[in-house]
Amino acid sequence: MPPIDMDTEEGRIEALRRMYRIRAFESTAGELFADGELPGFVHLYKGEEAVGVGATAALESDDYITSTHRGHGHCIAKGLDTERMMAELYGKADGYCNGKGGSMHIADVEAGMLGANGIVGAGPPLATGAALTAHRNGEDRVALAFFGDGAVAQGQVHESINLAATWGLPAIFLVENNQYGEGTPMEKQHNVENLSETAEAYNIPGFTIDGMDVTAVAEAVAEARKRAIAGDGPTFIEADTYRYEGHFEGDHQPYRDEEEIEAWRERDPIDQFKQRLIDRGELTDAEFESIREEIDAEIDAAVDSAQRADPPEPHEAYEDMFAEPAPEIATFAELPRADGGDSR
Amino acid sequence: MSTGLETAGETETMTVREALREAMREELRRDEDVFVMGEDVGTFGGVFQVTGDLIEEFGEERIRDTPISEAGFVGAGVGAAATGSRPVVEVMFSDFLGVSMEQIMNQMAKMRYMFGGKTEMPVTIRTTEGGGQRAASQHSGTVHTWFAHFPGIKAVAPGTPAAAKGLLKSAIRSNDPVMVFENKVIYEQEGEVPTDPDFTVPLGEASIEREGEDVTVVATQRLVGETLDLAEEMADEADLEVIDPRSLYPLDTETIAESVRKTGRLVVADESPLSYGTHAEVVARIVEEEFFSLDAPIQRVGIADTHVPFSPTLEDEVIPTGEDVREAIDRVI
Ligand SMILES: Cc1ncc(C[n+]2csc(CCOP(=O)(O)OP(=O)(O)O)c2C)c(N)n1
Repeated sequence: MPPIDMDTEEGRIEALRRMYRIRAFESTAGELFADGELPGFVHLYKGEEAVGVGATAALESDDYITSTHRGHGHCIAKGLDTERMMAELYGKADGYCNGKGGSMHIADVEAGMLGANGIVGAGPPLATGAALTAHRNGEDRVALAFFGDGAVAQGQVHESINLAATWGLPAIFLVENNQYGEGTPMEKQHNVENLSETAEAYNIPGFTIDGMDVTAVAEAVAEARKRAIAGDGPTFIEADTYRYEGHFEGDHQPYRDEEEIEAWRERDPIDQFKQRLIDRGELTDAEFESIREEIDAEIDAAVDSAQRADPPEPHEAYEDMFAEPAPEIATFAELPRADGGDSR
Repeated sequence: MSTGLETAGETETMTVREALREAMREELRRDEDVFVMGEDVGTFGGVFQVTGDLIEEFGEERIRDTPISEAGFVGAGVGAAATGSRPVVEVMFSDFLGVSMEQIMNQMAKMRYMFGGKTEMPVTIRTTEGGGQRAASQHSGTVHTWFAHFPGIKAVAPGTPAAAKGLLKSAIRSNDPVMVFENKVIYEQEGEVPTDPDFTVPLGEASIEREGEDVTVVATQRLVGETLDLAEEMADEADLEVIDPRSLYPLDTETIAESVRKTGRLVVADESPLSYGTHAEVVARIVEEEFFSLDAPIQRVGIADTHVPFSPTLEDEVIPTGEDVREAIDRVI
């Protein structure tokens, strides 16, 4: 996805569209999961759309991102195709990972999307590595790691920030502080008020920004990107945000109450931004309705195509292990199966 | 013989250490995407001096000193590889791989597969293994079994200078993650090494280091040399065929099976714990394929499921040597 110029009307409308695309995809995924349509776990990003969209708005299309277990929003923000994403959620052969990744591992390396990730805190080291590649090749390219407030407690996150800071790499560390790590609130996980204080330890700039405001996120990331490209090293950004749904679909959420959720919903990133555009005369309700309809139709079509798509063939379970295959895999794959059939 | 050396052209005598350094030097020259990183690999030359003077030719951008952050820099190697670099990451002692295990098992080994084959992972991790230095349990482990066992990782463990050079070059050129396990007490061991910069040892190809008729000994790392010495000593009693598998995964079952068809006897010698390990894999494959060729029960030589202790008396007790291989041979003939 090319960057969005948030200073133009077109750019702002595009940002709104992307945020709504995430919301629609996520709502549908939640319903499908509740209906027992989707295998595995599903972690929804609803409420945090301004972070993903604001951040990628400030990135060039060949910049890298790393993501988390809550990755649908990052994928869409990076411009991944919702049809292939939905196919992956269904475990179908033409999903982004040929059905091998599922919701938690959608990746499109060519698009600079280095994977949603099932391991909390595993993304930042990968982003540091991608930034190292860009740095070594002298490319004007940055790597941005999205990670949660919970991940900030992981050792490897600190190691990778330190590494990127010490080596002056073009990396951006963006914490989505959605106030909870699973069911544990931020205050019970960290002894600092703002996670951005972390930056001090690495002698890099650190900011806490309003993660419900897509322009604020875009501005902060644009600033960080400028620094990175200028060779001034990484920036640490904490975006305060909130997830509307449970940690995973099916979470009964004993750790928080409706009031708190409602208070954050009042500051909904999509409603807020839409209202701002309407107030400025850049959008009408009717225009938003047509954006909505168009995107809803896109998501419905994605579901329809994913439902009809073919699952992978069982033998594909033995493929993709290596670039140059190990003969063992073929040998073992030929062994008779316990169910009496064979693997082919 | 099939050590691969017969047809490799000119050779030069060098140590395992020099062979490894030459492999890196040649690949760094050949391919700009290759770089080396790890703790003290630059000016210091690596704690075992394997990277030596590489920094003089290639500079600190390509011979990169890291902080003491195994998870961080192994992970950075994985990310760099996924984006087109070809990092060679040195982890000082294989015992420290535990610190970076998450990046190795969940990221490096799985990314390609989970992404439906759409990532290459051309990362090489070099590390040191083995006892014999009175370094106690946290600096003496032989852990290659874990990694050879783990799907998505290739693992090699050279026993000669030629294997060291050829395998490391293949590892660096491979688009798959390859872990190179160097035994730290054989860095000084000398041998003939091809000078052709295009000499490589293919991953998954064993080497028959000595041909013989009576007993097949599959030996790895330090035990290759010790078994070859033993074979000369024992020449009047038994004619040993000595095979260095070189590559633990993929493993060249065919070369070993063929040898067992000839000798009918097998000893497997590897300096790793005996239970559920590298030995078991070789044995299982031979039992599956060559059960009816066996004239005697197979014997294993390794570490008796202990850690490597500090005291010389204790360390000498647990570390397998040529003497232990000899006893195992006596049991099969
Ligand atoms: C290393 C690791 N430990 C624990 C988990 C289980 N887990 C999955 S998500 C999660 C919470 C992460 O919180 P945070 O980083 O704040 O991200 P958020 O879910 O809020 O987006 C936990 C503990 C995991 N996947 N990986």
